[in-house]
Amino acid sequence: MNKEPAVTAPGKGTAATYAGAGRDHFAPIVDVRDLEVHFRSRRALRAVQTVKAVDGVSFTIAAGETLGLAGESGSGKSTIARTLVRINRPTAGSVTVAGEDTTRMRRDDLRRYRRRMQMVYQDPYDSLDPRMTVLEAIGEGLSVRGVTRASHRRDTERLLDRVKLPASLVSRYPHQLSGGQRQRVSIARALAVSPEVIICDEAVAALDVSIRAQVLNVLKDIQDDLKVSYLFISHDLSTLRFIADRVAIMYAGRLVEYGTSSQVFGDSRHPYTKALIAAVPTIGGRGGGPRIGLSGEPPDPARLPSGCAFHPRCPLAQDICRADRPALRQKQGGQMAACHMAPDAPAGEASV
Amino acid sequence: MATVNPALDELGTTEPLAVAEPRLLHRALVSLWHDPVALISLLVVVALALVAILAPYFSPYNPNHIFLNGLSADGAPIHPDGTFLLGTDPNGRDVLSRLIYGDRVSLLVGVVATGLASVIGVIVGAIAGYVGGIVESILMRLTDVVLSFPILLFCIALITVTGPSTRNVVLVIAFGYWTYLARIVRSLVLSLKEREFVTAARTLGVGHVKILRRHILPHLVPTIIVYSTLGIATSILIEASLSYLGIGVPVPEASWGQMISQGQQYFQIAPWLLIAPGIALIITVLAFNLAGDWLTDLLDPVTTEIGR
Repeated sequence: MNKEPAVTAPGKGTAATYAGAGRDHFAPIVDVRDLEVHFRSRRALRAVQTVKAVDGVSFTIAAGETLGLAGESGSGKSTIARTLVRINRPTAGSVTVAGEDTTRMRRDDLRRYRRRMQMVYQDPYDSLDPRMTVLEAIGEGLSVRGVTRASHRRDTERLLDRVKLPASLVSRYPHQLSGGQRQRVSIARALAVSPEVIICDEAVAALDVSIRAQVLNVLKDIQDDLKVSYLFISHDLSTLRFIADRVAIMYAGRLVEYGTSSQVFGDSRHPYTKALIAAVPTIGGRGGGPRIGLSGEPPDPARLPSGCAFHPRCPLAQDICRADRPALRQKQGGQMAACHMAPDAPAGEASV
Repeated sequence: MATVNPALDELGTTEPLAVAEPRLLHRALVSLWHDPVALISLLVVVALALVAILAPYFSPYNPNHIFLNGLSADGAPIHPDGTFLLGTDPNGRDVLSRLIYGDRVSLLVGVVATGLASVIGVIVGAIAGYVGGIVESILMRLTDVVLSFPILLFCIALITVTGPSTRNVVLVIAFGYWTYLARIVRSLVLSLKEREFVTAARTLGVGHVKILRRHILPHLVPTIIVYSTLGIATSILIEASLSYLGIGVPVPEASWGQMISQGQQYFQIAPWLLIAPGIALIITVLAFNLAGDWLTDLLDPVTTEIGR
């Protein structure tokens, strides 16, 4: 069922890349450290509020790997995506891509950097310019990479083939395409600049289930061929389980659990992760064990609860949870989790 | 789970295609068929434009020629008759010829002034909306200052400084009218730049100038067309008002405002002097306004462009 990342794609690097401690010997393509993204809201006659959309998040993505990022709406997933492609600026922390710190990049460096990191957006009806044909949309990316206009058609047809669309679609406008086709065109446009990392921000959430599977398979094939890395953002755990090698769960701007797909889904340690998994609807009533109800609303990011931000909704909450914010620590099972109630791993065990 | 359904994978087109929208030209013809008022106003606009362009062919006489037989024995203007279809004016000139050349002046001033105003308005509005921050504040406060004057009063004040001439009339009207477009364009750009396809172009590494030209400007075209059509009507009215007040197009060049002004004095003995240019002005302004309304419905800039 759920694959071990090391064996999925032959030639994606040695098993050591994915086998816990060995990871440190390989420079990750994306290295995010202590990323903070704060927004200040200024409204007349009101105090300035600071919203900590992302508050101290660290993760890495290896070449050819898929990191899944999950969490409820408002947990900061999309802010991370928008910060990585520099639509938003980081408040603090660093984002290192292929050894280069991108945090303080400006103008020319930034434009060069943008080619390495591309994004596929959620809404296939808004992410393509309605007045541009497929050829023009993908050609825009090709031009950025310096491909001459004469080769646009040929290269566009190649890219369409890569996303398994017929070459005959080159002169279509977005309104003549279906949602799944549009999303593939978005993927082809991202590929046009030969990026090393593609961020998929809820990229399949708006698609029908059968179309979703096709697009996910296209993404996997591209990864096998081109060794691109994905940061795959979704609130749909079954999608992540299918596509992600490692998974990070976010709650209120922080990571609460972070480990390989099998660790997080098969042996989750954080009560929030457990609740999310239990909330996945299953066919035939074979639910994932006893239900842990996830009552209440996600917290207002401008007024986070004291201690562990999850404590008001947590079935295991104790006094310490209300007082102290738990750090992201190695737990039994190997993954990292931020929970006082989950027993830590004995010292010396392999890390994520 | 590993591969969901390889059979589906091969078919890029399993989903039904979205039905293509009917072509714009087709929609235009259909709506004209159902809207005779729009059809007539559009025909009037086309006719006015043709008459203006081909004025020498339509006009029976030179509009500035003073006919020796152009006044009656007691010095009064001549009634409309077989020789002078719309009579003569108090100087003994043919009213129909002056009306036709007046159409040329009105449309020329209307089109050029509005064109100029659109260029300024689009540039100012697009930069303000796209750049934002202090640039936006400065440009939009400037716009507000110009807007805070009634446009006619603003033009009168300017023309008394620059002196009356056809060129100055055009410049003054353009300088008063660009603010309307600047405001509309700014608000459109504000919402356009948040659309995901603009964000996508930015993250692709496309430069700002290219984004403005390729992703923003084309979406403004319907709005610009609609507001320019309405702007032409406004400009023609302002030109007529300025000429009426004697500070517009200088004599002896024919213009409707000036003809109305002159006709007013002779209304008792020669009512055609007032009625002919008056009706011409009303028909022209009405036709442009109705055509503009029809274009608004057809292109529907707000709902198609903002709400997609």
